[in-house]
Amino acid sequence: MSETTTTSGLRSAPSAAAGPSRAGTRPSAGPVLPPWQELVDAALLGAVRRRPPGGSATALLDAAAAQTVRRRAGAQPATARPAPAPAPEDPRPAMPEAAARRLAWLLAGRHRPGGGTERRAADPDLAELLPQWLAAADEAGYAAPAEQVPTLLEAARGRTDLRRHALSLAGPRGRWLAGLNPEWRFVLRSTPPSTVRATGAVAAGPAPTDAEQLLWSEGLFAERVAVLTEIRARNPRAALELLAAEWGAERAEDRLIFLDTLRHGLSTADEEFLEQALTDRSRNVRATAAELLATLPESAYAARMAKRARTHVGLDRCDGAARITVEAPHEVDAAMRRDGVASAPPRGQGQRAWWLSQLVDSAPLGGWRDRLGGRSPAEIVALPVADGWERELHAAWCRAAVRQQAPEWARALIGPPTAPPTHGPGDPAKLLTVLPEEERADWAARFIAVHGLSEAFRILGACPVPWSPKIGTAVVDALEIAREQGSYPWSFSGVLGLAERCLRPSAAERLTPLTAVPDESEDSAPGAGAYWAEAFQRLVTTLRVRAEMYAELEVEQ
Amino acid sequence: MVPHTVLHMDGNRVAEAVGWDEERVRALAPDTASHTAADRLAQQPTWSEEGAGQDAVWGACKGSGSRPYRTVVDLASGTAHCTCPSRKLPCKHALALLLRRVREPLAGVEPPEWAGTWLAERRRRAARGAGGETERPSQGSGRSDTAARRARREARIAAGAEELEQRLADLLGEGLSASERGGASWEETAARMVDAQAPGLASRVRELTSVPGSGERWPERLLSECALLHLLDRAFLATHAGSAAIPPPLAETVRSRVGLTVETARLLSEGTDRLHDRWLVLAQRDTEEERLTARRTWLRGCASGRTALLLSFRAPGRPPEPRLPCGWLLEEELVFHPGAAPLRAARGEGSAPQRPAAGGAGPPGTSPLGALRAYGEAVRADPWLERWPAVLESVVPVPPAPGSSERWQLAAESGESALPVASRAGASELWRLTAVSGGRPVKVFGECGHQGFVPYTVWSGEEVVAL
Repeated sequence: MSETTTTSGLRSAPSAAAGPSRAGTRPSAGPVLPPWQELVDAALLGAVRRRPPGGSATALLDAAAAQTVRRRAGAQPATARPAPAPAPEDPRPAMPEAAARRLAWLLAGRHRPGGGTERRAADPDLAELLPQWLAAADEAGYAAPAEQVPTLLEAARGRTDLRRHALSLAGPRGRWLAGLNPEWRFVLRSTPPSTVRATGAVAAGPAPTDAEQLLWSEGLFAERVAVLTEIRARNPRAALELLAAEWGAERAEDRLIFLDTLRHGLSTADEEFLEQALTDRSRNVRATAAELLATLPESAYAARMAKRARTHVGLDRCDGAARITVEAPHEVDAAMRRDGVASAPPRGQGQRAWWLSQLVDSAPLGGWRDRLGGRSPAEIVALPVADGWERELHAAWCRAAVRQQAPEWARALIGPPTAPPTHGPGDPAKLLTVLPEEERADWAARFIAVHGLSEAFRILGACPVPWSPKIGTAVVDALEIAREQGSYPWSFSGVLGLAERCLRPSAAERLTPLTAVPDESEDSAPGAGAYWAEAFQRLVTTLRVRAEMYAELEVEQ
Repeated sequence: MVPHTVLHMDGNRVAEAVGWDEERVRALAPDTASHTAADRLAQQPTWSEEGAGQDAVWGACKGSGSRPYRTVVDLASGTAHCTCPSRKLPCKHALALLLRRVREPLAGVEPPEWAGTWLAERRRRAARGAGGETERPSQGSGRSDTAARRARREARIAAGAEELEQRLADLLGEGLSASERGGASWEETAARMVDAQAPGLASRVRELTSVPGSGERWPERLLSECALLHLLDRAFLATHAGSAAIPPPLAETVRSRVGLTVETARLLSEGTDRLHDRWLVLAQRDTEEERLTARRTWLRGCASGRTALLLSFRAPGRPPEPRLPCGWLLEEELVFHPGAAPLRAARGEGSAPQRPAAGGAGPPGTSPLGALRAYGEAVRADPWLERWPAVLESVVPVPPAPGSSERWQLAAESGESALPVASRAGASELWRLTAVSGGRPVKVFGECGHQGFVPYTVWSGEEVVAL
């Protein structure tokens, strides 16, 4: 019996001479044929050069035809390789059918972010909707349909911003598939997000696995940052220990990035390590260590900075009215330098003002009440400051309020939303992030009502998503005013983009009248009305799709 | 034949779009985005001139242009006509119109002129044999073929076959190793086969030219292709000469392999191999073939267990027939093309596809060996057959080991035997299949041939997934 494997992997029929090819179906088929290989050899060489089996080219073709058909008709199955171990069960519920279809639609459209030939200006932006959908479906606790898991993994491979929720949705089936396909190996490197969520950020989660330890000690830089970040998220202590063990051997630029991962889950447990990092060889590492320490108000570092700051800022009574006096430092001593105080000011700032602001930045805000006569932050901010130091001092307090997450100070410093946007000492968008969500929304809504949208982009970026009805109304009103003033919608593309992402679907009702093309007024830019209608249509479409998305997932937005 | 029961329009009875439901409209949509757009459009108060009657619905939809778009949908075939500039077929207006009628049927009336004209034209075309869309357009209108013309055509093909025989003998005389060096003259031969109106021979000749030097064991593959072409030449020349050595069914196979296919209209009226059954849709695939879109639909008769293949061709820009979703049912008579291994069939007046009551576990299947045997039997009847449809019961997809050159396999649950997967199967489809299986046995429909298996559909539990 000569049995060969063909290129297809099938085993071809045994030689014809061996008798009935299939028991009981028919007798031995016809005349004995020359073996296949003999025919192939003869065909390669040519009938002219050597007499082929059968005596002629035609006879050779006859025999080859019979052999071909015989081999095809009698092909045998291949020997099975071991099948992969079955995937672990996924206990999560399947998503509703409509949601599964929505996912397929979003995944199919993910390659045309804002472009593509098919896309019309009024179509929703799928590249924006996909991450929202993934997050909502993941948080609702669904498992992705198995047939869509490969596409989900592909999407996660191409876009890291989708990764967390896409991989969580893909779940155990996704990890199982990733073990079979080297292109999806990145999946195995990321910790299952479910454990991160289950344990929360502060409580001590599982210790690093062996795979993570190995990746930390041998991985590429990006992989090491990723694994350290993951571990830090679930077990801050363990991450610190990993980092401290190899600290001296890391390169300076790597140390800087690693140190930055401690920002998440920072606590007094990190103080000792950070104190040591204050003496680091690299100036940037020292500065980052100081910055991190400054956010720990109970640290020895904060106490040292507070003590310094207090010697330069005091209370004075002049003609019966209280005011703040400032005596900026005259030098940076060695101890200050060790604590990260830089001596060379940035361009445009005076040396002593620079030194002062660094001290005030890092001093715990809680200490100022005692120092300034038991006053509240609002009262302190209201005090006059002698000799024109007000701007420097308030700006430093603004930075401290953001860094130390001090809402009372932020509220005092941000001032009323009706004040001109560039008037205040600090960055309102940053100060806003310190305030409670509702307060943030109110402030932003009033800000937009007074100042319109031109300065609103960063303010809106600081507001909680989805936008509260107040912000929504303020933004839509402001957009309508912008349209009536005759400007083009692309001057507001930033805010329009944010609105697609952040407006509540209920805002669609308010927007619908705006989707009609308005009559052109005399002072409007040519054709602007049609563009605005298109922009509003797109906004409404996106909002409707988002509303449908959440309805299909059977979750509240 | 099953009477067509889409709409009752006579008298004052309320029209009812039997056979059309939301699901079928969704299936008709060229993509999900169109369906979403249509769904929204259907709810908007932009519609006017709406009506239904004579198995059709129509309406006008105010768009961004100055004049509203006018849309007509022929319910029997699901074909639509719209004055909008969209290149999608059917467009969102047609889909939206269908959705509106599914949700709110209207009493039947006479169509207005603009709708009636299109409908009449469309139906006249359809009446001329299942015509335009199902027949591969060939040079020279087939309908006016007289016996004399047919005889002339066959004589030309016979001459072409003789010429091919000579070329094959020359090739084998010089040796296949020489063929790696040049194949320009074969292109000329292929062109002559086109002139001889033998597209079957022409495409085989073209394939020959692509084999030399095309990877592992090309001489073996070239020899097989030459031998099968030789076999087809001989067989055609024998039938042409009226030889009794070739039984009638095989003679039909030979004629269709050469390119002399039976016209659908004639087949429907004269075909003898007719079978009425509840046909389960196993899979549907579109491929681009020589600037046409070929659509293949495989059906399995629930009572007979017989498999049928519907094949239609569509020129660029022509609207596609509505898609038949996997797992849906057609209850109607099919007429099979004559041949030694009959598979291809034609639908008469198509019935409306029905959504299955429950997911269902799919049709009964066979083992890897069973699938190969079925292919073997079919090859015995039709030696030119490349592959044969098969449902595999309880197989596990086995991907190649990373970094190896192994082929994918579909392994029997017992772990003894496996079917290698043909290289033309797409990686994304195979990964989807693997994802659905999760390493557990699944039922798979596909085509089994000498190059391996190509999966099209998978059943897992109650679920059916088109790959």
